Amino acid sequence: MISISQVTKRYGRQAVVDDVSLELGGCGITSIIGPNGAGKSTLLSMVARLLPLDGGTITIDGLDVRTTPGSVLATKVAVLRQDNHLAARLTVQDLVSFGRYPYSKGRLTSVDRDAIARAIGYLDLEPFVDRFLDELSGGQRQRAFIAMVLAQDTDYVLLDEPLNNLDLRHAVDIMKLLRAAADDTGKRIVLVMHDINFASVYSDEIVAMRDGRVVLHGPSSEVMQSEVLGLIYDLPIDVREVDGERIGYYYR
Amino acid sequence: MLSTFIGVSDVSPLSLLEGGPDGKAAQLLVVSRLPRTLALVLTGVAMSIVGLIMQMLVRNKFVEPSTTGTAESAALGLLVVTIFAPTLPLFGKMVVAAIFALAGTGLFLLILRRIPVRSIVLVPLVGIMLGGVIGAVTTFFAYRLDLLQTLGTWLTGDFSGILRGRYELLWLALAMTVIAWIAADRFTVVGLGQEFTTNLGLRYGRVLALGLTIVAVVTAIVVVTAGVIPFLGLIVPNIVSIAMGDNVRRSIPWVAVLGAGFVLACDIVGRLLRFPYEIPLGIVVGVVGSVLFLYLLLRRPSRAH
Repeated sequence: MISISQVTKRYGRQAVVDDVSLELGGCGITSIIGPNGAGKSTLLSMVARLLPLDGGTITIDGLDVRTTPGSVLATKVAVLRQDNHLAARLTVQDLVSFGRYPYSKGRLTSVDRDAIARAIGYLDLEPFVDRFLDELSGGQRQRAFIAMVLAQDTDYVLLDEPLNNLDLRHAVDIMKLLRAAADDTGKRIVLVMHDINFASVYSDEIVAMRDGRVVLHGPSSEVMQSEVLGLIYDLPIDVREVDGERIGYYYR
Repeated sequence: MLSTFIGVSDVSPLSLLEGGPDGKAAQLLVVSRLPRTLALVLTGVAMSIVGLIMQMLVRNKFVEPSTTGTAESAALGLLVVTIFAPTLPLFGKMVVAAIFALAGTGLFLLILRRIPVRSIVLVPLVGIMLGGVIGAVTTFFAYRLDLLQTLGTWLTGDFSGILRGRYELLWLALAMTVIAWIAADRFTVVGLGQEFTTNLGLRYGRVLALGLTIVAVVTAIVVVTAGVIPFLGLIVPNIVSIAMGDNVRRSIPWVAVLGAGFVLACDIVGRLLRFPYEIPLGIVVGVVGSVLFLYLLLRRPSRAH
């Protein structure tokens, strides 16, 4: 369980994340939604110790992210931020292998090799293992990054807008994969999502944020309500039931 | 091999055999030719690997000690020692130069952090400007104190003055590159960026500090012994990167071999073109390197970067 307790992050005077307390990762997929500047990515970054906290505490399975050595946390939680532009030219095989760094420190054992092969197979990357990342399409590259994070074999996986820059088909592919990973391997996946309908269809729980605070945290059916979404996004959102899924209509 | 047998005086396998171990040819070989070849190889290997490491640390393909103010800072450090403590042994001079190089490179990274737009070409431009400023300060004092000529030898690699006893510090540079090889995976991870590094449980700051120390020490050693070879750290790692990618553990041996080979070839060309006179190595590498570099630049847009 990821326990967030009274966490605050300020940039200058402005609190981007304002006294947030939250329990994350109790079930398969949790999505964090909210408008730009709601503090979603900042919160995720603090959980992943990529940003220091200005107040409060975050623990992952009881380990304080501020005091636990990075090498220990790296076997507990994996994170992937959005827009991963690599200057380094690496092959898919190399990139996924570096997901095992927390265990192997560069010297791969047979356990590491198995995990790498599994992650590559899981994301259907076998045809591309020897290709360089800069020779792949956006969707293939995103899959390679996700394979790296899965190879890290952590209980918790944090992904910041994993569908960013993906076309519809690739976006659906990635969400199906994440759903399967959560169901098959018991991973707890926390996503920052822009598309409320993807969040609705694929998540078990949704955290709705606005102005650095959590407005509502509950099962997705509970958050996918016209009143709740309208309040979060300042936009009339008509939520209807389509094929048993709750879908928000907000285009006009 | 070839490199040791080229020169004004006749040194060939034949003359070596005729003169025996005490002959003139043998002496020339041990005192001048062999040290020169060794110095070339060591410098070529060290400068190329240092370029590779800088490129991973800064995450930019166009940086190396002579485009980040590192070499100029080392020269400034050496000038300071030459003025204030000229009697310091070579090793002491190298240490001071290394400290200056470290400070200069640190300043470069600080400036980079303050610049919001990280355009690929802007990064080396900033470095070249910083190097220009530091270089101007150095030149001013060198001019005032009549040390301009000495300054010139630090910044343009010239191996014609290498004799036994004047290059041995370069073995320390080789030792630094061995450390770089051992830590190769860390540098690859850092090349993925600070967030990837933290995610994989490494301390970004520590790897950065280790890398910068290696870069500063090697640059300082090269400056106090043979002089910096411009472009070398840029061309060699880029060629290897195109051929086999940026997994440092895999590319380091190739960078080392290619670096040594490239320097030796350029040196032989420089010694033969105007035989019996010499063209300084730095100039040959500069000419060959800039042509190669233009080629690299022009073929780049075809890749999805």
